[in-house]
Amino acid sequence: MDMQVGPILSALRRHKAGAVLIALQIALTLAILCNALFIVHQRLSHLSEPTGLDEANIFVIQNEWVGKASYAQLDAEARADLEVLRRLPGVADVTTSNSYPLRGAGWDDGIRLHPDQLTDTTGATVYFADEHFVRTLGLKLVAGRDFRAGDIGVMAAQDRLDPSQVIVTRALADTLFHGDTAVGRTLYLAGSPATIVGVVDRLQAQSVARWAADFAHRVVIVPRRLTSTLGTYYIVRTHPGQLAAAMRAAPAALVARNPRRMFDPRMGVLSFAQVRERAYESDRGMATLMGVISAVLLAITAAGIVGVTSFRVGQRRRQIGVRRALGATRHDIVRYFLVENLLVSGSGILLGVLLALAMNLWLILRFGMQGLSPAYLAAGVAVLLLLGQAAALAPALRASRVPPVEATRAG
Amino acid sequence: MFAYYFQLGLRSLRRNPLLTALMVMAIGFGVAASMITYSVFRATSNNPIPQKSDQLYAVQIANWKAEDLDQGEPPPALTYTDAMAFMQAHKAKRQTALYPIAPSVIPADASRLPIEENSYAWYGDAFAMFDIPFLYGGPWTQAQDDARAAVVVIGKKLNDKLFNGKDSVGKTINLDGHDYRITGVIGEWDPQPLFFDPVNTGGFGDPIGLFIPFTRAIDLQMTTAGNNNCNETPGTGWDNWLHSECIWIEYWAELPTQADADAYKRWLTGYAAEQQRAGRFKWAPNVRLRNVTEWLDFQKVVPPESKISLLVSLGFLLICLVNTIGLLLAKFMRRSPEIGVRRALGASRREIYAQFLIEAGTVGLTGGVLGLLLTGLGVLGVGWVFDEQIARLATLDVSLIALTIVAAVLATLLAAFYPTWRAAQVQPAWQLKSN
Repeated sequence: MDMQVGPILSALRRHKAGAVLIALQIALTLAILCNALFIVHQRLSHLSEPTGLDEANIFVIQNEWVGKASYAQLDAEARADLEVLRRLPGVADVTTSNSYPLRGAGWDDGIRLHPDQLTDTTGATVYFADEHFVRTLGLKLVAGRDFRAGDIGVMAAQDRLDPSQVIVTRALADTLFHGDTAVGRTLYLAGSPATIVGVVDRLQAQSVARWAADFAHRVVIVPRRLTSTLGTYYIVRTHPGQLAAAMRAAPAALVARNPRRMFDPRMGVLSFAQVRERAYESDRGMATLMGVISAVLLAITAAGIVGVTSFRVGQRRRQIGVRRALGATRHDIVRYFLVENLLVSGSGILLGVLLALAMNLWLILRFGMQGLSPAYLAAGVAVLLLLGQAAALAPALRASRVPPVEATRAG
Repeated sequence: MFAYYFQLGLRSLRRNPLLTALMVMAIGFGVAASMITYSVFRATSNNPIPQKSDQLYAVQIANWKAEDLDQGEPPPALTYTDAMAFMQAHKAKRQTALYPIAPSVIPADASRLPIEENSYAWYGDAFAMFDIPFLYGGPWTQAQDDARAAVVVIGKKLNDKLFNGKDSVGKTINLDGHDYRITGVIGEWDPQPLFFDPVNTGGFGDPIGLFIPFTRAIDLQMTTAGNNNCNETPGTGWDNWLHSECIWIEYWAELPTQADADAYKRWLTGYAAEQQRAGRFKWAPNVRLRNVTEWLDFQKVVPPESKISLLVSLGFLLICLVNTIGLLLAKFMRRSPEIGVRRALGASRREIYAQFLIEAGTVGLTGGVLGLLLTGLGVLGVGWVFDEQIARLATLDVSLIALTIVAAVLATLLAAFYPTWRAAQVQPAWQLKSN
């Protein structure tokens, strides 16, 4: 097939400005598009990550005590609360902890394999737990055993964290022992030795922020009820379909038992769906923003190509007429403008790939983003080539309808 | 002449409605995206205390070994031991140690529910240091700091709630079962970012509405409501924790001149050297003094989302401009015959420039109006993308309105330079001949 590249190039050389502008616009659009969509992908990829919890049936209560009580009193109060919650209709099980997955803050600590290590083997989230923790959260125990009532101790926030037994997640066990049996092994948590008695399949860390990404699923569960004057969290699992009713009944039942407490109006009582929503709010927002910008960007670039190509067609009506009169088919004319667009878009895309990589490099250096995946670059190239061709098609078809008689017009 | 060209511009815009609509939309969307993201960036990178930001310094000292530090930087908070040593040395004009606490305000009327306020424990100096305005009364005195007195300063909101907004100085309120005498009620004070404690607030949050003396909070063993970081287990109980190497206290010094800051830094280095000699630090002095802007920068208060989205939006605006150059070029060159006639009838190049730049300005202005509408909508929707505490700071004020219009017009004029230059190059003879 004769692609007529020679004449197209010489025509382009005579009307550089329009071609250069389209190429530049395509280059910039490609650079922004690839990076924006890559940001969307990164932000959304975590959104559906499972926490390991029976999320549909769980809600959490942030209980804050009013006034100052001794740690022994606080623990007695918390246990009385747990009993009240456990007796509520629709409630399957209840536990208390210092935090929960996706909350955003909590306790993390270094894990070592030997007491004389200078640096930590890994960081890990620490969840405080009683004998109901694993069952309430709906965690899957894959090795060893759950905590028994006798294992559970009480500690205040300023006390030394030195449990003799712990349960770990499979992710933490794999990091420490590379697939070997973990149950029965010893790890050092905050300098104190602890024996692993059980392994759960999956449990997510308390934060989804970047600083916690290194230990996202590395969790150690300690058999301690943490008492703090700042309050505590009650985690409640209901029978299926009972969540809403139990969420309404729980605060009232707690206040009826002891009114000297507060529930934060925003964070006091949250279903796990709400917890998830809050945790990923900014990720979802950023993805939406980048998505909208990408869509508008493509629309504007397409409109720009239509506009400039139409102008070029208008400029060359007589020339087209002459070609038609000399025997060029309509098909030839359409092909002429499409090939022209391909050449212009192609050079824009070459420049755009370089710009996209440069921008990505800058984002990596400045914000610690990941390297742009080649798939995104390839997809961006394909989208813009198609967009260019589609946008040039309408003006090209209009050009093909220029009658040969146009050649005889004035001039 | 301007009015005439402006009219010509309007008429020309109506002649190619599609091309014109394309340009106006490109400018409008580009400017709006940039302005929306800029409004967030402006709020998050705000200097919350411009009159004093170079006189207030956050103090840091490395009390941990190098392995426990983040890239050699001293921790972002102090131990009780160091904070107390700095307070006692009293080397700055004013100084305060501070930490967030979480007391409950118990109303006198037992039937009312307890109230929670964002609260801090700090020293009386802090009010003057941070230029906090008082509605009634004033800060507590240094003597009251030393006496570990049960005094309190409350915010306007709490005063409205408890005392219906009347002067409550001298009255008492109950915090966690203890009575405190009110020495002052502060007026509107909502610095954003919360520069004095980005470590525990993330930089943005509701205004702080209650303050008690640091010394009093320690006496009552109030734990921090913020972060507590330990590089080793502190041992059991309050006293062990208080005298451990755990860090949880922010420390600020007011040093009015550069000479004061230099002298303070020398003293601080000397203090660290002393700790080294005493065997507490097994490393050379590693201290920092950061003023407000340096501190906010170091704490990375501006969220990366804000920077990235501003960057992407500016890129978007750039593309819209390139797009506009192409469309203006198409529009102007289509009128080569008209230009030829005008030139032949004696119009100078300068007049062609004026006419076409004014026409472009008209496009820019229209795009700006569209951009303003979109910016208004976008600012309302900022809560979709950013944290609510940040979103509430992004507002469409007079300066943003002006900036939107000016940016749209200037950007369009910039884009119009090349097409206008091409229009002015049109050869009158050539155009007359070919038509």
